Amino acid sequence: MQRVGVFVCHCGSNIAATVDVKKVAEMALMEPGVVHAEDYQYMCSEAGQARIQEAIREKQLTGIVVCSCSPRMHETTFRTAAQRAGLNPYMVEIANIREHCSWIHKDMEEATKKAVLLMRAAVAKVNLNTPLRPGESRVTKRALVIGGGIAGIQTALDIADAGYEVDIVEKTPSIGGRMSQLDKTFPTLDCSACILTPKMVEANAHERITIYTYSEVEKVTGFVGDFTVDIRKKARSVDMNKCTGCGVCQEKCPSKKTPSEFNRGLSTRSAIYTPFAQAIPNVPVIDREHCIKFQTGKCGVCAKVCQAGAIDYEQKDEIITQKYGAIVVATGFDMIRLDDYDEYAYSQSKDVVTSLELERIMNAAGPTKGHLERLSDGKAPKEIVFIQCVGSRCADNRGKSYCSKICCMYTAKHAMLIRDKYPDVNVTVFYIDVRTPGKNFDEFYRRAVEEYGVNYIKGQVGKVIPQPDGRLLVQGVDLIDNRQILKEADMVVLAAAIEPDPDVRKIATMLTASIDTNNFLTEAHAKLRPVESPTAGIFLSGVCQGPKDIPETVSQAGAAAVKAIGLLAKDKLLTNPCTAHSDELLCNGCSQCANVCPYGAISYEDRQVNDHGIREVRRIAVVNDALCQGCGACTVTCPSGAMDLQGFSNRQILAEVDALCR
Amino acid sequence: MKYSYYPGCTLRNKAKALDDYARASALALGFELEEISEWQCCGGVYPLGSDEIATKLSSVRALNAAKEKGQDLVTLCSACHHVIKRVNDDMKNVEDIRTRANNYMALEEPYAGETTVLHFLEVLRDRVGFDRLKEKVVHPFTGKRIGAYYGCLLLRPGRILEFDNPENPRIMEDFIRAIGAEPVLYPYRNECCGGYVSLKEAELAKGMCDKIHKSASGFGADMLITACPLCMYNLNKSQTGGLPVYYFTELLARALGVCEACGNSREEDGEVTSL
Amino acid sequence: MTAQKKQAEQIKEISGVNPLKCMKCGKCSASCPSYNEMDIKPHQFVSYVINEDIEALVHSKSLWKCLSCFACIERCPRDVKPGKLIDAARQLVVRKKGGDYLSPDEMAQLLDPEIPQQLLVSAFRRYRR
Repeated sequence: MQRVGVFVCHCGSNIAATVDVKKVAEMALMEPGVVHAEDYQYMCSEAGQARIQEAIREKQLTGIVVCSCSPRMHETTFRTAAQRAGLNPYMVEIANIREHCSWIHKDMEEATKKAVLLMRAAVAKVNLNTPLRPGESRVTKRALVIGGGIAGIQTALDIADAGYEVDIVEKTPSIGGRMSQLDKTFPTLDCSACILTPKMVEANAHERITIYTYSEVEKVTGFVGDFTVDIRKKARSVDMNKCTGCGVCQEKCPSKKTPSEFNRGLSTRSAIYTPFAQAIPNVPVIDREHCIKFQTGKCGVCAKVCQAGAIDYEQKDEIITQKYGAIVVATGFDMIRLDDYDEYAYSQSKDVVTSLELERIMNAAGPTKGHLERLSDGKAPKEIVFIQCVGSRCADNRGKSYCSKICCMYTAKHAMLIRDKYPDVNVTVFYIDVRTPGKNFDEFYRRAVEEYGVNYIKGQVGKVIPQPDGRLLVQGVDLIDNRQILKEADMVVLAAAIEPDPDVRKIATMLTASIDTNNFLTEAHAKLRPVESPTAGIFLSGVCQGPKDIPETVSQAGAAAVKAIGLLAKDKLLTNPCTAHSDELLCNGCSQCANVCPYGAISYEDRQVNDHGIREVRRIAVVNDALCQGCGACTVTCPSGAMDLQGFSNRQILAEVDALCR
Repeated sequence: MKYSYYPGCTLRNKAKALDDYARASALALGFELEEISEWQCCGGVYPLGSDEIATKLSSVRALNAAKEKGQDLVTLCSACHHVIKRVNDDMKNVEDIRTRANNYMALEEPYAGETTVLHFLEVLRDRVGFDRLKEKVVHPFTGKRIGAYYGCLLLRPGRILEFDNPENPRIMEDFIRAIGAEPVLYPYRNECCGGYVSLKEAELAKGMCDKIHKSASGFGADMLITACPLCMYNLNKSQTGGLPVYYFTELLARALGVCEACGNSREEDGEVTSL
Repeated sequence: MTAQKKQAEQIKEISGVNPLKCMKCGKCSASCPSYNEMDIKPHQFVSYVINEDIEALVHSKSLWKCLSCFACIERCPRDVKPGKLIDAARQLVVRKKGGDYLSPDEMAQLLDPEIPQQLLVSAFRRYRR
């Protein structure tokens, strides 16, 4: 028989104003096994914890129930306190009489009744608790960062600077990501390349960072502290050790018609290419799909002109297998496709562009060498219209439900830059709301209006109408003036919604990291654990977790690094002892538990069992304690009742139910 | 191949040409339009009110007639197509309307949206195929620049009509290519002609049609084609120096060389060929 | 329930529209080909229903200027569909005795020999009960 102590917290007036705490304590004394009960103003305080410890020692308690707030809040606090008094921390139960009771009820009598029931259930459970001991697992002191944009680069640099090895896997031929495509950055208008390329160089030169570009994560096994990852290094067809980056091959390559991904298809590139001049590594790849040699067998110009002899048509994909303690996802974003937004004439007119395309047009290394011109006829525009929220904040079935967060600011930036460089160009912005929460952000937007004379119109655009003379008629509304507007423009710029890189789904599945309906990776806690995935050992950096701008991405990248470092700094990890186990005498190896396990923690082995004298080999489910998160999905699925969860056994849960129904 | 066919009231009267040319062309292309018996007027407009039942029943009858024959239901007039397709969607997906409509109908087996509704153009695109149509053309409209006028009813709401991209459709342009002419893309091809509002607000409709004519001719169209008698009426009524407007089936019948079979139902019969 | 509230509820019921989903972007009014003819604009229909000012709506000439072209319905990013609210307000009017917008007496002068049957049935459906 257990000796149970019950501690009822007032939580100031949070609980005591609605629940008769003295009554709860009084009632507790009538429960089986309870030898001590008391109430106190703040159980979580130093004094409160001391009372608990004193009672444990004096009354030789073998289990305690704390009636207080949510276990998410203070379970660890009370477990630690109990442990210091010599009690196994898993002999502590929390009855949540705040969130589950006092906060949601008004009537004292009713609330007290419910609090008593919750206390009873917890007592019934603790009576069946057994001391549990966490296991241990080792930590590989190396991190993997998936994605080589500013988020991935920053996270890698921070982890490497702390003394750990880091590998970056980037699927395109160069690191740099979206930020490398930008011209200027808000709110300071500094040149994107000027602040990004030093970081790219630093990452490349760092002794503890290895960069795999043109590579993809192919397979992930293992668990926190001990992941094993297969990385597919795609055949570059160029020997990275021999190539000097002279660029002659790209000049001479006769296949030059492939749309440039880097320039968003606004210019073409050769089949052998580096995406941009500051690419890291400065080693080209051969895009085999568009290479004449690979398609017809006849060409080989690049190999002929390469002085270094670096071209290798025979190169094969290579699989690199590496162990990691922590994995950081930094897979970034893309803009949504605008196929469903033809009312803006995006596919009908070359002069309707996305903001990212405009970014390339404004960039000195872009398709127009930085001259603002219409892509249809190369003429300088005189009127430019920006349309906000294209595909953001939608409740229909074509757009995204969320605000893309960055568009208001980059549009103010674009508008300002255009007015600054081309004062005779008129700029109009159709907006629904201007959202500028951020340091110096609203001031930035106001400058666009007040100093640069950008014409902001509150209202959406209904249709962009291409005219026979090549201009665009923008039909919109001004909701302040309450009039419909027909505005002639030379260019229209669409602030298309951003969405997570589509590959993130594949990666999340490999990592068993959860993902929301918009394909953003889910964080472990929206406020308190924003850079961790609920899956242990997986961290989130940048837009893969939600829309954010560069300053926010860099802060989050640093935060993700700190969390990863915290993990890598440990030699061993304590594993959660509340894991599932299968009873080998009951298990019939049906595989249903493995099918529902979200963490891939269950495998099967053929084991010699002794079933009441019958010795035979049976297929038995085996749970990997390090992977199991104790979610219990397997226990409810198991048809034979063989699966049970330590600390939350079927018996314990039924005892709680019984206590509630008594 | 036989299809159930719902001509609608206007195709029996003012727009007989639209109907005649379609039937003749269908035979030339190897399919038959079998008019469902005792069809009733669709009402011309889809009743938007979610509590409207009686006004949807004529469409349900037509849909059920096709279901009983095990045929797809083909329409031609844009308005009929719009109404019947949307009522079918209601019968399939809106439980309240399905139940109440079936209560009225007292059919042996309740109707639940089983029939596939196809516009004649969809038959050309999805069943005949524009490539095959092209092979059958004997008098191609080579050198003609034709603007497709879609209007509203075939395209919107796109999620239910599922006819084509409602903001940038292609089907009529592909049709124009198939009969050997050059399609002219112009942005007002999916803007409203004014519809029934032209009865009491003639000027409003006229203004809309002027914009359509101006846009199409600005982009170099010689003529417009339409599938809708009301669009035809409004476009013709408002044209001040505008473009000639034809039913697409007339051009189809001419391209296929089956005009004679249509009994010369249009007075200015020689007009298109002389263009 | 006040008469105004009742009418507002009726409009929501007939149209099946939840006006609270509106984010006031104005895309309906930006798309409307009849905008300049309307006294109450498409986007305003939404707030009039929210504010239960239905008297103004049923007396609005906008009811008879809306073409039912579905442009606002197609493009509404919030799935509010103001065109359905306009039609519901129109229904409130024509379903009432004496609320018809088209009388047989005026037909004679409106008719012309080219008018397709489709136009007449459509007008009668929208304008009369």
